[in-house]
Amino acid sequence: MQVFDSGNVAAATSVKLARVQVVAAYPITPQTPLTEKLSQYVDSQVMDAEYVAVESEHSAMAVCIGASSAGARAFTATSSHGLLYMAEQLHWTAGARLPMVMCVVNRAVGAPFSIWNDQQDSISQRDCGWIQLYASDHQEILDTVIKAYRLSERICIPVMVCYDGYYLSHTYMPYRVPEQSAVDAFLPPYTYRHTLGPEKPTSLNTVTLPGGRTDIHGNFAPGYMELRESLDSEMKKAVAIYSEIDAEYLDIAGRGGDPIVQCYLCDDAEYVAVALGSMGRQLHDVADGLREEGIKIGVLSLAMFRPFPADILRAQLSGRKALIVFEKAFSPGQSGALRSELQAALYGEASQPELFNYILGLGGRSYSSVDFRSSIIESIQRKPGETGRCEEIGWIGLGR
Amino acid sequence: MEAKKTRAVNLTEEELVYPGNRACAGCGLNILYRIGLKAIGRDAILVVPPSCLTVMQGLYPITSTQLSVLNVTFASTAAAASGVRAALRAQDNDHTKVVAWAGDGGTSDIGLQALSGAIERNEDFLYICYDNEAYMNTGVQRSGTTPRGAVTANTSIGGKRERSKDVASIIAAHSPAYVASCSAAYPLDFHDKIAKALGIKGLKYIHAHTPCPPGWQMEEKVAVSIARMAVSNGLYVLYEIEDGRMTLSEPSAKLLKKKSLPRVEEYLQAQGRFKELGSDDIAAIQSDIDSKWAAYRRDMAGAAA
Ligand SMILES: Cc1ncc(C[n+]2csc(CCOP(=O)(O)OP(=O)(O)O)c2C)c(N)n1
Ligand code: SF4
Ligand SMILES: [Mg+2]
Repeated sequence: MQVFDSGNVAAATSVKLARVQVVAAYPITPQTPLTEKLSQYVDSQVMDAEYVAVESEHSAMAVCIGASSAGARAFTATSSHGLLYMAEQLHWTAGARLPMVMCVVNRAVGAPFSIWNDQQDSISQRDCGWIQLYASDHQEILDTVIKAYRLSERICIPVMVCYDGYYLSHTYMPYRVPEQSAVDAFLPPYTYRHTLGPEKPTSLNTVTLPGGRTDIHGNFAPGYMELRESLDSEMKKAVAIYSEIDAEYLDIAGRGGDPIVQCYLCDDAEYVAVALGSMGRQLHDVADGLREEGIKIGVLSLAMFRPFPADILRAQLSGRKALIVFEKAFSPGQSGALRSELQAALYGEASQPELFNYILGLGGRSYSSVDFRSSIIESIQRKPGETGRCEEIGWIGLGR
Repeated sequence: MEAKKTRAVNLTEEELVYPGNRACAGCGLNILYRIGLKAIGRDAILVVPPSCLTVMQGLYPITSTQLSVLNVTFASTAAAASGVRAALRAQDNDHTKVVAWAGDGGTSDIGLQALSGAIERNEDFLYICYDNEAYMNTGVQRSGTTPRGAVTANTSIGGKRERSKDVASIIAAHSPAYVASCSAAYPLDFHDKIAKALGIKGLKYIHAHTPCPPGWQMEEKVAVSIARMAVSNGLYVLYEIEDGRMTLSEPSAKLLKKKSLPRVEEYLQAQGRFKELGSDDIAAIQSDIDSKWAAYRRDMAGAAA
């Protein structure tokens, strides 16, 4: 079925299709229309779920932690300060290896208060142990949430599905909604690997000593460090597993095929513009224009930031002349996180592209295709070897 | 309704706590945990934040309890318990009990917001706060319930200057399904209040006074008698609140008939944490107790057993 609606409604629709059993949420702009919609679905029994209207985001994640541990498929969504208010809980969820999906409707972080879009909120949480996926349009929001549940439940790692506030959350676009029966076939009911019932009592997340210990049967019980190592190695598998899951989804929905990176005009490209989220879409038009002028440019939209798909990026990007990395988040005192990580991934490659980093759109500062175009041209015109050092940032749209 | 009274002879024999755990000798929490679990039974999920209870229940991969436990972050106990309940509802499980069990710090301070939210939503679980009147697990720092004058690791000079919070009254102001106070000196009263609470739908709150020898600076062997003294001298009151009506429980109710209560000095002087109290401070504490009991006598004369 084709519908025309907002990105937030696309997300709510996917949560309903995924047959989520427990939703807990606290209002924050621009996430609010998504969770309001879910409360309506639950109250009108369009969706058979528990909606827990908690008193904070910390508690929203606590409800999801309790629910997922006790065997229910859980969902929450937030933005900005709400995500950061959960920070402790994010680490907890990942450490506890709880399957769960959360939408992060990207918004700037205060002070000063800004309710507008950038990606500082989710990027600042890259080390909390959650998988991070970024959708670049409404269709991707819907499809990604459904696939994210499969991924999360398969490898027991929580997944953030991030999408740009307003650019995607509040704009209207047409998208296709799969049949419930198709989603049911794709996403079986959730069962947790532990039980918290009387049948096989379990004590979850107990204090764990620095060293490993043996249990009463003399078997080695992994300690904290083994659990951390496993979070890393299991998360790294998510790149391949997500591709498999996407291929299955392609079969049922007819959409997919490039779940990790989407390359546009990249085949013969000497230069590649790289971005997360909705910027990738806008860059397509910019690339079309530059191609008409004879500049061999392509666009790589990255849909997965954690785990960082370094292998795929190396395969796509080494050998290019230059990469121009556009970001709506950065690490003050260094550069955009994506830029640093790309550089790390390409370090030691035989032919490393030059790297240029532009920061834009912070706190909702507007940017246009003209800005992308002139930044790309500026980068291309720099002499070889004049590459931006890793800490060099080009600021787009700063007032003068 | 008169709830059934358990006696030591008809207490369930089955132990749900393994012998030997990490609690200190004389720990009031340890007494209530063992007896409380008998009232809760096996078909239950405990939700526990960081506290002495986390340690007492055992360090991975060893546990001292036979029930399922979900350990959660410090501020999130009541919200996590709400999530467990929501999951059980979603799975049509209406038999498994959810019991949140937290310390006074985890309840009166950092966890109060989540607890307040859960009561307002009238979540269906039992919340037990064991009140040892400080953050014991982190080395005896002041909490919201630490009494005025008590020396702790961060009120080491002159003792705590502020009054303690009356958490149970804060909770009662939300009008939950059931509120009760208990003491480690009266474990059977605790047992029966749990049993009663678990028969009621909605949010139930039990506040339990639990002596802590290292934190209160007293000998292990006097812990129970000190806790009992707090009840018999009227400082700590055992009661239940149902439908907004407060009734004193037997150990406190019988004080109504007494012309005068034992003085509070003996209780205070038995504990090193009160060593900074002067005679004026003690007189002020005594006068608070006296006016509290004058009010009870006025309001409840004849009502109590
Ligand atoms: C967010 C957070 N802040 C601080 C702590 C450290 N902490 C762990 S237990 C505890 C004190 C617990 O006190 P209480 O709830 O009274 O339980 P008790 O230790 O007295 O049994 C503190 C402060 C923590 N675990 N999490
Ligand atoms: S410190 Fe106090 S509350 Fe904690 S285990 Fe020891 S006696 Fe019990
Ligand atoms: Mg305490």
